[in-house]
Amino acid sequence: MSVTLKINGETRTLDADPESPLLWALRDELGMTGTKFGCGIASCGACTVHWDGVPIRSCQTFVGDLEGAEITTIEGVDGKAAQAVQAAWNELDVPQCGYCQSGQIMAATALLSETPKPTDEDIDAAMDGNVCRCATYARIRKAIHLASDKMEA
Amino acid sequence: MLHLLQKPLEAAKPNRRTFLKMSAGTVGGLMIAMHLPRAAEAATGDSGLVQPFVHIRPDNTVIVLSKHLDKGQGTATGLTTLVADELDASWDQVSAEFAPSNPQVYANTLFGVQGTGGSTAMANSFMQYRQAGAVAKAMIVAAAAQEWGVPTGEVTVSNGVVSHSSGKSATLGELAGLAAQQDVPAEPQLKTPDQWVYIGKTFPRIDVKNKTIGAPNTYTMDFQRDDLLVAVVARSPRFGGKLKSFNASEAEKVPGVVKVLQIPNGVAVVAESTWPAIKARDLLEIEWDDGDAETRSSDAMMAELKELTAKPALKVREDGDVDAALEASASVIEADFEFPFLAHGAMEPLDAALLYDGETAELWLGSQIQTIDHNVAATILEVPFEKVKVNTMWAGGSFGRRAQADSHPVAEVAFLAKAMLAAGMDPAPVKIIWTREDDMAGGYYRPMSAHKIKVGFDGDNNVTAFKYNIAAKSIIKGTPFEAMLMKDGVDHNMTEGAHDTTYAFPLMNMDQAFQETKVPVLWWRSVGHTHTAYVMETMMDRLAKQAGKDPVTYRLEMIKDDPRKVEVLKLAAEKAGWDQPAPEGRYRGVAVHKSFGSYVAEVAEISLRDDGTVKVEKVVAAVDCGTPINPDNIRAQVEGGIGYGLGAILRNQVTLADGIVEETNFDTYEPIRISDMPEIEVHIVASNEAPTGIGEPGTPPIGPAVANAIAAAKDEWVTNLPLTKAGLV
Repeated sequence: MSVTLKINGETRTLDADPESPLLWALRDELGMTGTKFGCGIASCGACTVHWDGVPIRSCQTFVGDLEGAEITTIEGVDGKAAQAVQAAWNELDVPQCGYCQSGQIMAATALLSETPKPTDEDIDAAMDGNVCRCATYARIRKAIHLASDKMEA
Repeated sequence: MLHLLQKPLEAAKPNRRTFLKMSAGTVGGLMIAMHLPRAAEAATGDSGLVQPFVHIRPDNTVIVLSKHLDKGQGTATGLTTLVADELDASWDQVSAEFAPSNPQVYANTLFGVQGTGGSTAMANSFMQYRQAGAVAKAMIVAAAAQEWGVPTGEVTVSNGVVSHSSGKSATLGELAGLAAQQDVPAEPQLKTPDQWVYIGKTFPRIDVKNKTIGAPNTYTMDFQRDDLLVAVVARSPRFGGKLKSFNASEAEKVPGVVKVLQIPNGVAVVAESTWPAIKARDLLEIEWDDGDAETRSSDAMMAELKELTAKPALKVREDGDVDAALEASASVIEADFEFPFLAHGAMEPLDAALLYDGETAELWLGSQIQTIDHNVAATILEVPFEKVKVNTMWAGGSFGRRAQADSHPVAEVAFLAKAMLAAGMDPAPVKIIWTREDDMAGGYYRPMSAHKIKVGFDGDNNVTAFKYNIAAKSIIKGTPFEAMLMKDGVDHNMTEGAHDTTYAFPLMNMDQAFQETKVPVLWWRSVGHTHTAYVMETMMDRLAKQAGKDPVTYRLEMIKDDPRKVEVLKLAAEKAGWDQPAPEGRYRGVAVHKSFGSYVAEVAEISLRDDGTVKVEKVVAAVDCGTPINPDNIRAQVEGGIGYGLGAILRNQVTLADGIVEETNFDTYEPIRISDMPEIEVHIVASNEAPTGIGEPGTPPIGPAVANAIAAAKDEWVTNLPLTKAGLV
């Protein structure tokens, strides 16, 4: 089956099993490995990408449903919120093993795009689906607040 | 994490060859080739200055070769810091790569083989990497002196610039080629601590940028090549089960599937990419032979452990006749503790890639013990050690899971590569990935354990005797590490943090009993301390209560000849405001524990929700890990260690029903999440002592600190983990 969609602003055609999760199409068909495999059941958020700016789990999003979709991945995420998030992540040395951080950054970027001044409760609500086994959560929280400040500056 | 006791290994160092032979014991012995890397390059200087541990390239980049796996603990940055400081490089020009697998050059000096674990990276590398930086600097200075015709004593290096008072200056890269032709100094001059420019200060991690942009080819999972094949393996659902028969006819029909092959531990589906392999594996029809398999439930196994603790067993520590002393005591406290199996649950599930053409092989994996991984691949593939190249990749966590005595992921991919050639396939790299279910249900857990404690008191509530019986499956027994790490049949990994306590009990005995089970067990972040710290530190609060004393005051009275432990406990108590009552609605608990040479005290502050569940609000930690290399990384590791330990005690357990693992993904093995994470403060003790580990020591105190806070609220100590069992989560 062939599906045409936009990935990071470019029109791409995926010739893949419609049952294939977007995650594996991105990683194996398109070679974009920034989006990570963590659990396969939408329980960890490592595979988070944006569909029309909304964070989704690419491990539970299927190629057959993606005709005409606009997908953004860690390789292509850009704009004020994304830049602020990535800068804050670097400034506070958030990552440890780093494997979940693509997903964390995609989720944080979506949060700040929608809610530029999030409270701690907003952060909990937006980020609770993104697991970090190194437990860098204290820094993730701090970095989201810092990114928020950067967006204002 | 891997915990190799330092003393036995030091004693065993001269026998490294014996060890290497043993380490491949499950697949046959092998000798290692003497082989020093890149000697030819070093001689020409065309590649700049090429030394073990550090390369200075003509383009003015400085590459530090990390012999340790960086799985998030910041070691690559730490080692780079040491070299950059002694070399006086600029921070902008340094980066790190993983060293090749070569135990002659890159062995962990505390293990005798190349490997990472036991929070030893800094402890064993502190002098070595500083010396490497100093050697490189001396050769650069000698090159500048030769080039400029000036005495070496007049050449200075600062922030990556080599200069002379005449105004001459050059970069490290410009001098690197000439430096390669200089004599290698045997004893380079090291800086004194007051001369350090990077050590002890916080510089950004060198790996953060790549980890925030999704950079390719970072982790094994991301390893790609045009000809790469991907495989998943159907393994026995019961530990110890064997393949009886299988039918792959439906699986083979899935487009993209290349081959379905039997390997020693199951059936491998080899495909052009990941999804077809996963999809096809579900279509395999397999019959397993459970004749030798573990078929018990974890409840039955726990019942056995508890029986084992009720009987005398192997003596780990024996100060005297503890039963007589208990008998003579005015009063006795008894407690039984139960700890579950725990999975490591690293974010990157296990994986390994291998290319084998019949004569040579190349591995790509987050290798934690390179020498064993290397040996196992060479042995199974029946090629000489030097015909195998190991590429160490960044690891998406490990927490001990990648430190195996049997290198089973490498063995599996090697057997598969062999089977592929035997089946007539052309040589191609193959990457085995473990799904989350494979990883979580695949064993190699923190052992489940039972602990039985009896403490006697005299009429004034002074402790008279402390009796501690523990039962668990040994991580070491039956592995190639046994000969090296077990003495007189005793596994100290199981009892560390208890038998060696510095609390002044007049009499302490400790017995250990080993459970036999096919469930494989492994080092898990902080190893024995994961359970002993919980037992010892909750018991200390109970003893304090018995004595009618404040928990901090009581501990300080009981700590004998352990000034660093006293210091961290005092610091944590002070910073947490222990002398003041906890805020309204909050309850505090304290714990202090030494592991891997480092001391950590933690004060946890909790509140109780309306439904009676526990919310951990805040943790104040004090840490003494000797000379701090990078204070912010120390803070990060303690923050993470607290989160990792907290998640486990809150709600993590792996249970078995009829021998089959019940928790197979993050929906049932629910990890700690951002809403669970307390506010954390980390205070570092200033120290000139030799640096010790920090990857693990933050983990042990958090469980008992929280349990003691719960007891402050409810006057009851939880002894059966996780807290979900007591309805507290």
